[in-house]
Amino acid sequence: MTDLCANPGSKARASRRGEWRMILLMVVFGLCYGAVGLRMAHMAATEPTEPQLARSDRAGLPVRGEITDRNGALLAANLPAWSLYAHPGEIKDKVKAATDLAGIFPELDRDALLKRLTDGRRFVWIKRPIGPREKQEVHDLGTPGLHFGRREMRIYPAGRTAAHVVGGVKAAREDVRFAELAGSGGIEKYFDDRLRDPEQVAEPLRLSIDTRVQQAMRHELAEGMARLTAKGASAILMEVETGRITGLVSLPDFDPNRPPQVFTGPAQLNPRFNRAALGRYELGSTFKVLTAAMALETGVAHSQTMLKTPRRIPYGRHSIRDAYRMPEEMSVEDIIVKSSNVGTAKLSMMVGTRRFKDYLKQLGFFDPSGLELAEAARAQPLLPSKWTDLSSMTISFGHGLAASPVHLAASFATLANAGIAVRPTLTMDSVEAGPRVFSERTSSEMLRVLREVVVRGTAKRANVPGYEIGGKTGTAEKFKPGGGYYHDRVISTFAAVFPTSKPRYVLIVSLDEPTDRSGRKPVRSAGRTAVPVAAQVIRRVAPILGMRPEIVPDDSALGIVTGLE
Amino acid sequence: MSRHVLLILAALIVATAGWAYHVNYKTITAIDEVERLRAEIAKEREVLQVLRVEWAYLNAPERLAGLVADHQDELKLVPLVPESLGEVAEVPFPKAREVEEEEPQVSETAPALPVPAFRPATWSPE
Repeated sequence: MTDLCANPGSKARASRRGEWRMILLMVVFGLCYGAVGLRMAHMAATEPTEPQLARSDRAGLPVRGEITDRNGALLAANLPAWSLYAHPGEIKDKVKAATDLAGIFPELDRDALLKRLTDGRRFVWIKRPIGPREKQEVHDLGTPGLHFGRREMRIYPAGRTAAHVVGGVKAAREDVRFAELAGSGGIEKYFDDRLRDPEQVAEPLRLSIDTRVQQAMRHELAEGMARLTAKGASAILMEVETGRITGLVSLPDFDPNRPPQVFTGPAQLNPRFNRAALGRYELGSTFKVLTAAMALETGVAHSQTMLKTPRRIPYGRHSIRDAYRMPEEMSVEDIIVKSSNVGTAKLSMMVGTRRFKDYLKQLGFFDPSGLELAEAARAQPLLPSKWTDLSSMTISFGHGLAASPVHLAASFATLANAGIAVRPTLTMDSVEAGPRVFSERTSSEMLRVLREVVVRGTAKRANVPGYEIGGKTGTAEKFKPGGGYYHDRVISTFAAVFPTSKPRYVLIVSLDEPTDRSGRKPVRSAGRTAVPVAAQVIRRVAPILGMRPEIVPDDSALGIVTGLE
Repeated sequence: MSRHVLLILAALIVATAGWAYHVNYKTITAIDEVERLRAEIAKEREVLQVLRVEWAYLNAPERLAGLVADHQDELKLVPLVPESLGEVAEVPFPKAREVEEEEPQVSETAPALPVPAFRPATWSPE
């Protein structure tokens, strides 16, 4: 009985327990799924936010990397600024608003602004960028409908001093909330990606420019340009061993802190035109040095080889002459020192057109210079369309091939750097040695000849005591747009190396249409125009670069000592 | 016995809940503090940037050249030229013997040789 009673009872209890288990299981699963569902709904419904602690800390860093010179002085930096815009619909008294704004910003035209505010637009940019003080003034007006967008302003503390090197920026895309700056010229454009890269924004871009040198060069060049009433001028100072450019000046220049002005003259006179990197000129007699170096290197002549130099070399309808009467027989050294066109043309024929072209190619005259400026990439040298022997002859003394002064600087640096190719650069990145173009012997022999040019040749005015300057002048008549050459308009160039015993720097000074009127007759030759300016530049720049003049104690110094005894 | 265990467990749950509540709020204040510090750093960076630009502007060679020109009368600064640099050998030293002889004389008539000291033209003892 008890069994009978017990059995149904325990059975019922067991089934009830099973039921409970099922319910419990369902509740637990229900809760689990419910939790997942709720979390999903929550995530879907809320605004996504960045994990606050995990993100790297970039707040307050500039949006665009800074640019400094080799000593760390700022060339380009950013300042907080604002863009001023208006929602005309919110402005009650538009006439008053336009008048007030024109009062704060003198460059805004009241009527034009009023027209833009009243012609039914819903959004008007008023001025960008504006500085903190201007922002406060606009704020104090209390006019509704005027808004500010947070911006960064690109600023160039060095101003005109390095204008052509740094270039400039322009607003690429602009919105109320953000603005994107893009380089519009110079370094800013060439290194645009690097400067915008958020990973590298904290690290300033260091250039090989030295602001002090830049300033001294610009000052001396501007004075020379004014004295010689030249239309423009450019100068490049380059380290011989590395190809790093310490100073690059092109005049006229511009203030990079001002928005570009519309320029309506010939492009060559635009202050934004970089004569040093983009300008291509026939560089005149400076090329003779390269021709002579080729002659020495190929072994067709050495510096004392005597060559017959007739008054003229006829070639078809043309003939090559010298600027003035030369002796009938000259050594290669004298051909350079006295700058004989005939002699150099003969040398080029001894080298041969094929090898002549090949050397020019190795010296970089067939390609853009590769300098890190946006303009330099476009400066493809102008070569003769059909290269004949006549082309070689004229190019041997610098006519018929137009290249930028940067090209010339690089080729002279190659010659001075014991013949190892030098590539021009504006950065402080390490440089690897280039291929050998000339032998060490050719290099030292040519440096000696360059020194002779300064000691007793066409560049006597460059003889700054203590710096052993060597160099070559070049006076190239300017090309007439219609064909032929002007006789009273020249590009006068001086390419210098110093000190010649152990070359450290190459300096190129080029003046556009200079005239020395100090004497009775106006003189345009480089020896009286570019050379004195270059000498002045070296006098200023060399001490800044820490170069001491090496002066052999002369009689005057000894005189003081003996006088005391 | 089991009731004791239950009580202890309940107390533990309450304590843990309290601790979690506390930590939660501590975290929130810490995050707020981090935010505040970041804002402060951003502001400092901005100020630093402005000051660096100002420093660069004030030291720009172009500006300094203008200042030197404006104050030429007082400062008499000239650009560095090769002649500014010299060698020790160029200094006319008197011979050692002469120095010995002259030294007592010099000390007696000391005011004859003014002691060189740097002072700007506008400097006054006050």
